[in-house]
Order: sequence, then C-alpha cells, then structure tokens
Amino acid sequence: MKLDLNVDVHHLTRVEGHGNIVVRIQDGKVQEARWDVVETPRYFEAMLLNKHYTAAGILTARICGICSIGHCLASVRASEAAMGVGVPDLAGRLRLLAKHGETLQSHVLHLFFLAAPDFLGLDSALPLMTENPTVFGLAARLKGLGNRICDAVAGRTTHPVSIQVGGMGARPDPTVLRSLRQQIEAAVPDLAATAEVFAGFDIPDFERETEFVSLKADGQYPWIGGRVVSTDGVDRDEHEYRELTHEYLNENNTSKWCKLSRDAFAVGALARFNNNHAALHPAARKVAADLNLSPVSHNPFHCNLAQLVECVHVAHESIALIDEILAAPADAPIMADFEPRAGEGISAVEVPRGILYHRYVYDEDGRITEADCVIPTTQNNANIHLDMGALAAQFATRGMTDQKLELLCSMLVRAYDPCISCSVH
Amino acid sequence: MRYLGIEPIRPRVGVFSFTCCEGCVLQLANKEETLGPFLEAIQVVNFREISTEKGADYEIALVEGSISRDDEVERLRQIRDQAKVLVALGTCAVFGGVNRLKDVFSPQEANRIVYGDQSRETAPIRAVHEVVPVDLSIPGCPISKVELERIVQHVALDLPWQFPEYPVCVECKQRFTVCMFDKGQLCLGPLTRAGCDAPCPAGGLGCWGCRGPAADPNHAEFDALVARRGFSRAQVQDRLSFFGGFPTEGSEEKP
Repeated sequence: MKLDLNVDVHHLTRVEGHGNIVVRIQDGKVQEARWDVVETPRYFEAMLLNKHYTAAGILTARICGICSIGHCLASVRASEAAMGVGVPDLAGRLRLLAKHGETLQSHVLHLFFLAAPDFLGLDSALPLMTENPTVFGLAARLKGLGNRICDAVAGRTTHPVSIQVGGMGARPDPTVLRSLRQQIEAAVPDLAATAEVFAGFDIPDFERETEFVSLKADGQYPWIGGRVVSTDGVDRDEHEYRELTHEYLNENNTSKWCKLSRDAFAVGALARFNNNHAALHPAARKVAADLNLSPVSHNPFHCNLAQLVECVHVAHESIALIDEILAAPADAPIMADFEPRAGEGISAVEVPRGILYHRYVYDEDGRITEADCVIPTTQNNANIHLDMGALAAQFATRGMTDQKLELLCSMLVRAYDPCISCSVH
Repeated sequence: MRYLGIEPIRPRVGVFSFTCCEGCVLQLANKEETLGPFLEAIQVVNFREISTEKGADYEIALVEGSISRDDEVERLRQIRDQAKVLVALGTCAVFGGVNRLKDVFSPQEANRIVYGDQSRETAPIRAVHEVVPVDLSIPGCPISKVELERIVQHVALDLPWQFPEYPVCVECKQRFTVCMFDKGQLCLGPLTRAGCDAPCPAGGLGCWGCRGPAADPNHAEFDALVARRGFSRAQVQDRLSFFGGFPTEGSEEKP
C-alpha cells in the first residue's frame, strides 16, 4: 500500500510564540520532518549592553510573559555573582517561594489550557467552562493560587517588581502569608483531582532515547543554582554553561539550537524528574507512582505528567517555606549592602521549561559590557525537531491520516511547553 | 443576561501577538475568580496562544507586541481590514516598549551582536499605530487585568471609556505606599499615567513609566524634584527611554 502523508502547520496553536511544523511522508518513508521557530527576534543581548545593573532584571523579565520571575531571578543572581553580593537568607527563601508560585501557575496553564484540550478532543479549554465546570474550576483555582503566591511575594506574577539585585524589595505581610498557606493546603485535594483527570488521558506510546539535562542539588529537588548533570553522565558547575549548551545557528530558525553529548538534549520538568526523582516530596513521588511515571522516561509526552508531579512538590515545599519565612524575625534583613563593581557573573536557574542561564560582564560603574542568555526552549528545539522525525517514522503506518499525524506532531511540540518568544529573545 | 435593562453586546474578539513576550494576552486568562464572567462577556473566536480555533469573523482585534518585520506588517494590515475595532494591547503595541532599546543599534549591528555573521531579518521597531490606525490604546507592561475588565464592561454596555488622567502618585497614596523618593529611590510615578494601581512601588520598586505620560505631566516640578534628591540627568533619561512612552531627550514630539 502506498502511504503518503503531509502535515503543514503554520503558527502552531496553544504554544507561546510562533513556530511551524512540516512533515512529508512518501511511500511510508519520512522525507522531511521539521520543527521551525519563526518568531521575530528581539535582540535582548544587544539591548542589555550599557544597561545599569538595576535595569538588567527588569529588562530581562520582559523576555518572557510566562516565566518572567525565572528570568528576573537568573538575571539578579548573575549580577550578584559578578559583584560578589551575598543575599540574605530570608530573601533567598522569599525568592524560592515566588519561583514555586511561578512553577505552579506556568505548569497549570500548560496542563489545562495548552495540553489537555488535545486529550479531550477540544480546540481549547474554553468550552470546559460550560461542558465540564468541575475541571475548569480546578484549572482556574490552581492557576489563581500560583498567581496569588507570585503577587504576594514578587509584587506581581508577570514582570515581578520585588526581586532585585541584593535581595528583595519588600517582605509580604504575615497575614497574607498565613492566608496563602491555608489556600495551598486547601489546594492539595485539587491537585489529587487533577492527577485523576490526567491518569485518564490516552498518552501516545512513543520513545526516543535522548540526553536529559537538569540542575542537581544535594538531597533537594533543584531550582536555583548548583551542579548541572545529565543522563549521559555529565556533571559540571553552572559556570561552565557554554560547554553545557554549545549554542549554534540553524538556517530555518530564528532560535538557536544546542547540543551536549549527542545531537540534541532535553531540559524541563521531565529532565528534572529523571535526574532528581529521589529528591521529590513523598506526596509528589506517590503521584508519580499513581501515574506510572518512573525515571528514566524517554517518552516526551510524559513531560505533562512530570509537570503535574512538580506541582504537587512545589505545593508542599511552599507550605514549609512559608513556615520558615513566618518564623524569621521581624527585623531580619531582606536586602544586602553592596557597591557595584566590575566582574563577570553566571547564573543557572531551573525555570518551568528547563535550565535558564544568564551571564553578564560589568564595568566598574555597574554597567553591562557583555550579556548572554541561554533559554530552555533554545536547548529543547533541536530535540523537538529530532523527535518529530522519529514520531513521524513510527506512526507512518496503515490507517494514519494527515489529520491524525498533524495532531500527534502538534501534541509532541506542546508536550515540551515551548516558550518560543523566550527561545528567540 | 441583561444589566440595567441593557442587553450586553458580547463582541467577537480575536487576539493576536507580534514582537513581544506574550505576557499581555496572558493576562486575559488571569484573575481567575472572574475568568468565567469575563469570558462570557466576550466571544473569543481567534486566540492562537490558547485555542486552535482560527475564526476570521472577529469584530474586535486585540493586538499585542510591536512591529519589527515585513511579514508582521502584512499580517497586521489583514487584521486591520477585518476588525471593526483594533485595540493596541500593552506597552509594546502602544509605544514600542522595551523592544525600542534594540534601536540604539542599527539592524546590522544588533545582528552582529546576537547572530554573528548569520543575520536575521529585523527593522527599526514600530508601535502598532505607526503601521495601521488604532481605535483604543491600553498601555501597561503588562496590562492590568482589572483595568481591562472595566474597559470590557464599558464596551459590553456601549459606554464611553476614559483612562485616569492623574499620575501613579495618586494610587500610591490610595494604598498607603511610602513614597519611593522618601526611601531614596528614583520613581517616575509623578509623570506616569495611573490605572495600574501602583504595584511597583508597593513591591519596593520605583515606577519605570511603562504606561507612558499622565494627561498633563509637570516636567518642570519633576526635574526640580529629582535634582533636589540627587539623581543625575542620565539616570532619569535611562528610565524615561526604557519603555518608549516618554519623549526622549532632544525629540520634540511624543513617540
């Protein structure tokens, strides 16, 4: 039987930013399978030049509308590393709490609004409002909770204001924190209900072995700084980010591509899970077991499940963090005393979609002379591209149609939760 | 559903993104406690970031981002042809936003810095109104969902909308935020249009002016204030040029 298939998606929907899918199959053989990022470039690494250190975090937050807290945090950490600034302990806890809020809102946005409609046969999550108000309610409540944590701690969810070089600009009111703590405890059943919803989804059976890269911290699930490890045995310091990413250009993309031990690697929730499963909160490990998710999974569609597991983890860790913050003395410092100085600083932060690196060089006036940002989706793009070829080859069988293959390819890209504007920046 | 005896309009809305971070359209899905009623007040027929439906029969187009490439100009013109009402959503669409900071370099130089010898297409940044006529401009980086809800209520009931004319300082006073100048920080609050509810000073950060100028900003008094508090002209200019909403030094007109 002659099997010819064509997929041509211009501006894929339900992802952040603009990307295209092209797949051509002739006589059952894959002739072409591409994931192309066509987003307009923004040139942040040029914009950052000559900017004062007080502007860098505010500017780079604008790289991303979803993970702006992660960008701001990576930015201020790089500036602090360059200027030798030690951040007060309480400020560090507040930053991690804000990041957990962002992880929750970003993962929930992806799980319910971007990924779930494919499994439910819908164009979007909007019809759920009337057709399945229980599921829509879960999505709205959990995303709202993530946003409220960010608003309370970082001053705002999108483009935070309190995360500044040296520490934090404000400490949240204890009453607000106690209320958040109650809301997070009340959200635990919502997360369990979400796991039940996703356990019922028919996840495509597809694997392609790749290298998973993430941060690793001693005995803890990693979020901010530390070693960078991979399933291929890489173990390096975050400062060696260039040897960990090897950015290069691809002619069909405005985003750069990356590689490490192989042609491509993956970062994000599944990579963190694969490398740090043992450090998850017991409640999160239990959800993973209930979802039949175990390390090392090479099925990229499992990224959705890993995000869900991480939601449970950050909810529990946020409760503990709030208790620590509430226990800190009222006069505990949240901002370091420092003077700007010349130097180079590199910072790695696990943001929702994977490891984000920022590197700056400062002059003695505290102005940037060199800047570099390596974005998680930039690191994933080559891997998505190679997955696309393997997926097309595996599913180019009798009974496959253009429409079904288009859906599978679209779901594959969505599983990575790409932040395309970010990847181009 | 009727309100004060009026049948709400429920306009068909399309949502479109250009050169930006897509953070403004993300606000549409925020403020979850009123997300249901908000989405009932409008009909979303085209919104790439959250829906596969690609309806072409929208009456209102919400456009975020600035314009930096020829294919964007073409796409924006098609949207303008279809929409009865075109709304510039957010600071990038209204003023060009931080994207304008790229234009201190030529396209060639910006490309050399980021892409080396393999340059990508880019042009000097334009706000949406510099390419097609705009019916309503909603500033903010990002936009305020609370303010947007108020605007949608007005549209749904066919009432005229008016932005606050006063500066951000008024909203700091309303929420009892200590003045950033009294904390030793520079702040553009005295010049910048209110309506955001002043979240930045409340979080310990002086205003950076993302919403552009208030109706009649008192530049003379502001200049005297920052000089008195010891801020340099360069510091003030850095900030005024950050979001593209204020006239830059040497230019006569507002951008």
